[in-house]
Amino acid sequence: MAKRIEVSGLHAYYGGVHAIEDISMTVEPRSVTAFIGPSGCGKSTFLRTLNRMHEVIPGARVEGKVMLDEEDLYGPSVDPVAVRRTVGMVFQRPNPFPTMSIYDNVAAGLKLNGVRGKARLDEIVEESLQGANLWNEVKDRLGKPGAGLSGGQQQRLCIARAIAVRPQVLLMDEPCSALDPISTLAIEDLIGKLKNQFTIVIVTHNMQQAARVSDKTAFFNIAGTGAPGRLIEIDDTSKIFTNPEQKATEDYITGRFG
Amino acid sequence: MTSETGVQAQARAAERRPMRDLGTGRFGDKLFEWAARGSGLLVLGIMAAIAIFLIWKAIPALRANEANFFTAETWDPNATPPKFGIAQLAFGTVMSSLIAMLIATPVAIGIALFISFYSSRKVASGLGYVVDLLAAVPSIVYGLWGVSVLVPHMEGISKAINAVLGWIPLFGGDGVGKASIFTAGVVLAIMILPIISSISREVFLQVPRANVEAALALGATRWETIRLAVLPYGRSGMIGAAMLGLGRAMGETIAVALVLTFVPGINIHILQDGGATFASNIANSFSEASETGRGALIASGLVLFVITLLINMAARAVVARRKEFV
Ligand SMILES: Nc1ncnc2c1ncn2[C@@H]1O[C@H](COP(=O)(O)OP(=O)(O)O)[C@@H](O)[C@H]1O
Ligand SMILES: [Mg+2]
Repeated sequence: MAKRIEVSGLHAYYGGVHAIEDISMTVEPRSVTAFIGPSGCGKSTFLRTLNRMHEVIPGARVEGKVMLDEEDLYGPSVDPVAVRRTVGMVFQRPNPFPTMSIYDNVAAGLKLNGVRGKARLDEIVEESLQGANLWNEVKDRLGKPGAGLSGGQQQRLCIARAIAVRPQVLLMDEPCSALDPISTLAIEDLIGKLKNQFTIVIVTHNMQQAARVSDKTAFFNIAGTGAPGRLIEIDDTSKIFTNPEQKATEDYITGRFG
Repeated sequence: MTSETGVQAQARAAERRPMRDLGTGRFGDKLFEWAARGSGLLVLGIMAAIAIFLIWKAIPALRANEANFFTAETWDPNATPPKFGIAQLAFGTVMSSLIAMLIATPVAIGIALFISFYSSRKVASGLGYVVDLLAAVPSIVYGLWGVSVLVPHMEGISKAINAVLGWIPLFGGDGVGKASIFTAGVVLAIMILPIISSISREVFLQVPRANVEAALALGATRWETIRLAVLPYGRSGMIGAAMLGLGRAMGETIAVALVLTFVPGINIHILQDGGATFASNIANSFSEASETGRGALIASGLVLFVITLLINMAARAVVARRKEFV
């Protein structure tokens, strides 16, 4: 169920703007890797290259290699739609489909994958909502609109929607930044549970969060405005937060940044 | 009361105070309030005056009418005694407008989807601009184009439809022609197509990027993304666009009057020559109508108004039914 990601020499562009430069890293299966770094250093951009969501922005393109186990995600015969079914994504702002019920939100991806039959759908929807620690809160109102839930519940609904299709990898872009502390804790608990099944990559602005949830931490930085973002270092989370190799990393985590 | 601080008392007072009391009492606020209220009342007043005037004009004709105004198919208000009913007009109006809406809406939405999601950015902005421009052209221009270019070909098209679908009574009958309700519907479809397309495109522009990305990230193809995120979100807007088109089609006058040849009586075979609509009937007969005849036409206009109103209400009901989700 979980696969290794190996990135080498990756560059991403928005039209003529070079957004990230020469990134190489390995993400182990069944682990949580956190991306930290100042705003605008390309964390989201890099994350979106991992499921080929970067290229849906007009003019955006990618160079370099991303391997998911043996498969080159940017290989010539690879369908980006298929990639996105294998590599799920959770966004910064909860984005359940506003016109759909809770149930239909979770079932949306399943239906795309051709899962048919009410019994089968019911089963996977329940399983996914259980998996997202949301089942108990919504089991009596599955037919109600997903947009009627609280922000934290909506985000867990989005996680349920993403894991319902059994992805190999789950990407999360600051999933807690729009949430209150209690909901944030609920999501962090959930990440701890999900990593038994999925390879998880999470972008976070919150260094305590990175320290709490991740096994590895990657620090990104930019040389200055307009310069492309770079990966400064990636290592075990405990090492990054106690004894990083690079001075820039240390400055950032101790708050002496800039 | 004694334990309540000033701040708490203020907060409680603010809670009780409804929105409308938020005015500061300044002269500008007061002036604006009266201007807004005044223009609202003025609009209502004018509309009421028009309605009363029309009803007052229609009543003598309706009194003199010897036929049933709602069920009679003849329209002879200038005869003595006057006999007229709206049944044929209502049938022609509703039928031709429905045909127009059924033809125009899918095509218009298809065009809007193509511009919004399938064409490159450059083409999209160019085409979008063109569609908006086309929507601003008075529909009579398309109507005249339809009458002069399309109508000559309609006989062949109608014959083909009649040959294939003739077993459906609506498309049945012998000797189909081009001066039919169906032709009127097709011309009306062309007239309302740009406005439906333009509004649909506007609606699609409103779809939040986040919804589209959510669908894409689930591994939806472009068409699946449209089905998951775009169409459900734009549903009420598209219904609104179609209804607006239907309303326009119903009120359309000259083009329909140019297409139809008047043959008295409701004819269910809409491919055959004949038919009349409220608007075409008014356009054709108002100038030669007697006093009673004008009253009768005004009465038919009022019925058209009521039908349009009912359709609007129905559309609102459709939109409101799933309001919980929008
Ligand atoms: N849609 C876009 N179009 C053009 N430039 C973009 C777009 N999204 C991000 N960028 C640019 O790419 C760089 C990296 O942004 P981003 O990946 O969002 O950073 P982060 O997530 O680390 O805050 C920034 O300079 C940003 O301005
Ligand atoms: Mg970001």
